[in-house]
Amino acid sequence: MDALLRLFSLIPGWDQNVPAWASITLAGLVAAGLCLGFMSLGPVGYVYVERKIAGFMQDRLGPMRVGPWGLLQTIADTIKLLFKEAIFPAAVHKVMFVVAPCLVVTGAFMGFAVLPFSPTWQAADLDVGAFYVIAIGSLSTVGLIMAGWASNNKYALFGAMRSAAQIVSYEIPAVMSLIVVVMIAGSLSLQAIVGEQAGGLHNWFLWKFFPLNVIAFLVFFTATLAECNRTPFDIPEAESELVAGFHTEYSGFFFAMFFLAEYTEMFVASAMAAVLFLGGFAAPIPALQTVGGFDIGPVWLIAKAWALVFVHMWLRWTLPRLRVDQLMHVAWKVLLPISLFLIVVVGGLLTWPATANGFPWDRWVGWLLSALLFVYLATTAARAWRWHARQVREAVA
Amino acid sequence: MTPAEICTKLQEKFGADVVGPLVEAASPFVVVTTERIAEVAAFCKADPALVLDNLLCLSAVDLPKEKDQPRMEVVYHLFSYTHFHRFALKVHVPREGARVPTVEATWGVANWHEREAYDLFGIVFEGHSDLRRILLPDDWQGHPLRKDWTDPEFYNGMRVKPTEQMAERALKGEEFGTGPFKHDPDNAHVPGSQA
Amino acid sequence: MSAGITRPVTSAESVGWRIDDIGPDEMILSMGPQHPSTHGVLRIELITDGELVREARPHIGYLHRCFEKHCENVDYPGVIPYTDRLDYVASMGNSLGYALAVEKLLAIEPSPYVSTIRVIMAELQRIASHCVAVGTYGMDLGAFTPFLHLLRDREKILDVFEWTCGARLLYNYNWIGGLSHDVPDGFVRACREIVAEFDKVTWPELVNLLIGNRIFIERTAKVGVVSRELAISYDLTGPNLRGSGVAYDLRKAEPYCGYENYEFAVPVGEGKHGPLGSCFDRNWVRVVEMKESARIISQALDRLEKLEKTDVREKVPKRAKPAKGEVFARSEAPRGNLGYYVVADGTAVNPYRVKVKSPCFTAMSAFHHVARGVMIADIIALIGSFDVVLGEIDR
Repeated sequence: MDALLRLFSLIPGWDQNVPAWASITLAGLVAAGLCLGFMSLGPVGYVYVERKIAGFMQDRLGPMRVGPWGLLQTIADTIKLLFKEAIFPAAVHKVMFVVAPCLVVTGAFMGFAVLPFSPTWQAADLDVGAFYVIAIGSLSTVGLIMAGWASNNKYALFGAMRSAAQIVSYEIPAVMSLIVVVMIAGSLSLQAIVGEQAGGLHNWFLWKFFPLNVIAFLVFFTATLAECNRTPFDIPEAESELVAGFHTEYSGFFFAMFFLAEYTEMFVASAMAAVLFLGGFAAPIPALQTVGGFDIGPVWLIAKAWALVFVHMWLRWTLPRLRVDQLMHVAWKVLLPISLFLIVVVGGLLTWPATANGFPWDRWVGWLLSALLFVYLATTAARAWRWHARQVREAVA
Repeated sequence: MTPAEICTKLQEKFGADVVGPLVEAASPFVVVTTERIAEVAAFCKADPALVLDNLLCLSAVDLPKEKDQPRMEVVYHLFSYTHFHRFALKVHVPREGARVPTVEATWGVANWHEREAYDLFGIVFEGHSDLRRILLPDDWQGHPLRKDWTDPEFYNGMRVKPTEQMAERALKGEEFGTGPFKHDPDNAHVPGSQA
Repeated sequence: MSAGITRPVTSAESVGWRIDDIGPDEMILSMGPQHPSTHGVLRIELITDGELVREARPHIGYLHRCFEKHCENVDYPGVIPYTDRLDYVASMGNSLGYALAVEKLLAIEPSPYVSTIRVIMAELQRIASHCVAVGTYGMDLGAFTPFLHLLRDREKILDVFEWTCGARLLYNYNWIGGLSHDVPDGFVRACREIVAEFDKVTWPELVNLLIGNRIFIERTAKVGVVSRELAISYDLTGPNLRGSGVAYDLRKAEPYCGYENYEFAVPVGEGKHGPLGSCFDRNWVRVVEMKESARIISQALDRLEKLEKTDVREKVPKRAKPAKGEVFARSEAPRGNLGYYVVADGTAVNPYRVKVKSPCFTAMSAFHHVARGVMIADIIALIGSFDVVLGEIDR
C-alpha cells in the first residue's frame, strides 16, 4: 500500500486535490484487487502443477489432452466448475449453506493483507501482523463448521467436527513455534521479522540457535500443514472415510470456493513459514535482492512459498492418512511439548545476561549444544534408515 | 478319521437319529433327524475325536420330484482344522412349512448361510437370532430357488417381465437391444482355425 | 415424501435400526451402498458415538444377480462365464474352482500340460488380485500412489491374459476338462519378464512405499484383531485365516492341479507390530503371498517348457451330463477357499443345484464381531483388510 500511495503522489497535483482518506481507500482497493487476482488465479497453476507432480510420482503422465502438455486443463476445469449448477439439497439450511464457503474463502484471503512481498509491497503493515494471520486463520474453521452443519448430512457433520478439532488443536503448536520467532525478532510486525533476517542466507531465523529453530520450523510447518487439511492430516475431507467431508453436498461454484480456499490457505501458510523462518522476501544472497535496480523481493517470497507448497504436494502423494486419535496424539503429545520446550529454552537463552550482553551464544554454548543435537539427530536418522533397510531386507528375504 | 468311522461314531452316539449313511459316495454324508441337528452339530464340534470346528458350507436343495418323498434338504459340509477331515450332515425337511433348528451357536458362519437358505428357499431356522432376507430385497415375495418358482410379473408396481407385445415382435424376428453389432462379425474368432 | 409407489414392506423386522435402538449420544450412520471405500455396493449400518463405533451391521444383496438360479438354467459349460462374474477381480480362480468341481463329477483328469497352464494362470491372477487388494487398501488409508504403481503391474498380467484368451477381466478360460485356448508362442518368456520385474521392482517398491510406512503400520497393526477361534468359527479362509496364524492353504493341504509338485511357503501372520490377526497381518500375508506366487510361476514355467504339448481341448466333453451325484469341491482362490457344491440329477445337461461358498461372504459375516468398538476410520481399514469383492458376496 505504501508503494501505491507513493505511486499516487507521483501524479501531479494528487496530494493537493485528493483527500487522504480517498487515496488510502483507493490504494487499499487496488491492493485488494491485486491480492484477489493472485489468489483466484493461483489455484489454476497449483492444480495443474499438483496433477503433474502426482502424475510424475505415480508413473503416469497427468493431464495431456487440453492444450500443449495439458496446460489448459485446469482452465477448462475452472470454466466447467463455474458454469455447473450449484445444487441445493432439499434439507440444507440455505443461508448458512451459502455463507459458509464465502466465510472460508474470506478467511483464507484475508491472510494476504499482511503478507510482506517487499518492504513497500504489503497491503497493510500491521504491528500485530503475525497475530493477525493466526487469528484470521481460525475464521475458516467457523466456515467449515457452518458448511458441515448446514449441509444436514452426517458425513459433512463428521467432517466439520473433525476439522474443528483438528484446526483448534494444531493452532496451538503453530502459535507456540511462532512465538519463538517473535521473541527473537522482538516484534509481531512481519516487516520487522523479515527485516531482522535481511542480508543473506546465514541471517535466516532458521539457523538462529541452531538447531532449535529448525525444530521450530518443522513444528510450524507440520502444524500449518494440518491446518490446511492436507495429507497426512486430511481427515476432515478424507475421501475414503467421509466421502468428501464437509463439502460433500457442495457442487459447482460453491465447491470451487472450498477448493480455492484450500489452495490459498496452502499458499498463505507456506508464505508465513517463509516469512518467519526463511527470510521472507530477503534474497539468500544480498546481491540477488535487486535486478536492474528493481527489488525482486516478491519473486523471492513467492519462490520460497512455492517450494514449501511443493513439499505439501509431495507429502500428499506419499503418505497415508492418520486416524483421528493419532492426529490428536501428534498435536498434543508431540508437537505441543516440543514447542513449549522451545519457547522455554529460546526465551531463557534470550534473557540470559550473557546473551543479552552480546555473549556469542552461537560460538560457545550453542555450538556445543548444536553438535550434541546434531549427533543425536544423525544417529536417530541412521537408526531409522537401518530399521527401514532391515524391514525391506526381511521383506525381500 | 475316515468318513466311515465318523459315521459309526455318530450312530453310536445318536442311534436312530442318524440314518441313511452314504459313506461310499464322493462326498460322504449322513442324514440326521431334523429336531436333533443342533445337538449333532454341537457334538461334532465338541467331540475330541471329531472336532469338526469349521462349517464349510450350508446349502439347501429343493427336491420336489424325489420318488420316496418330495422334500428339501439342508446340507452341512464340515471340516476340522484339528484332524483335517471332512464330513457332511444332511437334514430332510418337508417342502412346505420347513423348520430346522439353527446351528448358529456352534458355527458363527451359519448365521448368514441360514439367512440365505431362508431367503432363497423359505426354510425357517428356529432360534436364529436375526432371520431376515439377506440377498433379496426386504419386500420380496417368495423364495426363488425353489423349483416351483415362477418369475413375478410385477415388482412394486413395476412390470419386470417382457410384455406379450414384445414377445410377439421378438418372435417375428425384430431385434431388441442388439445395437449396431452384427451377430456374426467378419473378424469372429474361430477357435482352432489358426492351426 | 411425494406421492409415489408405496413400498409394501412384508417382513415385520424390516431394515435397519430404529431410533429406539440407540442411546442419547449416539447416531446411526449408513455407510454405503454408494461409498468410495466399501469396495462395491456394500452397505454398513453403524451406531456411532462420536468417532467410536458401538455396533456395525452389514447389509448385502445390492449386487445380487441370481447366479445360482442362472446355473440351474444353463448347461454345465455354460455356467463358466457366470462364475467369472462372481469375483470379478480374480476370474481365473473362480472358473478353475467350478471346472474342478464338475471334473470330479464327470471323473475327468486333465492332462499335466493343462494343469500346469491352469496353475500359471491362477497364480498370475493371484498376483493381479492381490495387487488390487493391497493397492486399494493403501488408498483406503489415504495413500494414493502405491495403488497406481500396483495397477501398472497388474496391467501387464492382464495383457498376458488378453494375449492368451482375448479378455482382460472375464476370461471364460478354464473349461471343464481343459482350457479355451492354448498359450501363445512366447508366453513363457513374457511371463518370465513379468515375474522378474515383479520381484525386482514392484515388490520392494511396495514394501518400501506402503508396508514399511510408519503411518500405515500405526493405522493397521492394532486394529481389527481376529482370533484363531473366531476365524475358524466364521470360516474365514485364505489370507484372512492365515493372518490369524493358521497355516492352512488348500494348495498344500489338498493339492489340486499338481500343486504338490511346486515348492512354496505358506505365509502366516506374525503379529510383528501388534497382536496376531490384525489388519496388518492379513495384509502382510497377501504381500508375501504375491512373492510366493511368483515363485510358483517360475517353477511352473520351467515345467511347462519340459512338458509335451497336448491339445488343451482334448478332454473337453462334447456333452457334459454327469451321473446322479453331488460334489463339494474347494480351491484356493486369491480371496480364500472358494467352494462349489454341485448337485447333478443324472437326467439333465444343466446342474440341478449349484451353491457357491464364497470366502468374502463368510468373511463379511464375521464383520460385526470385529467392528465393535473401533473408530470410523478403522471400519474402512477393516473392510479393506478382509478384501471383499461384492460380486462374490452377493452372487
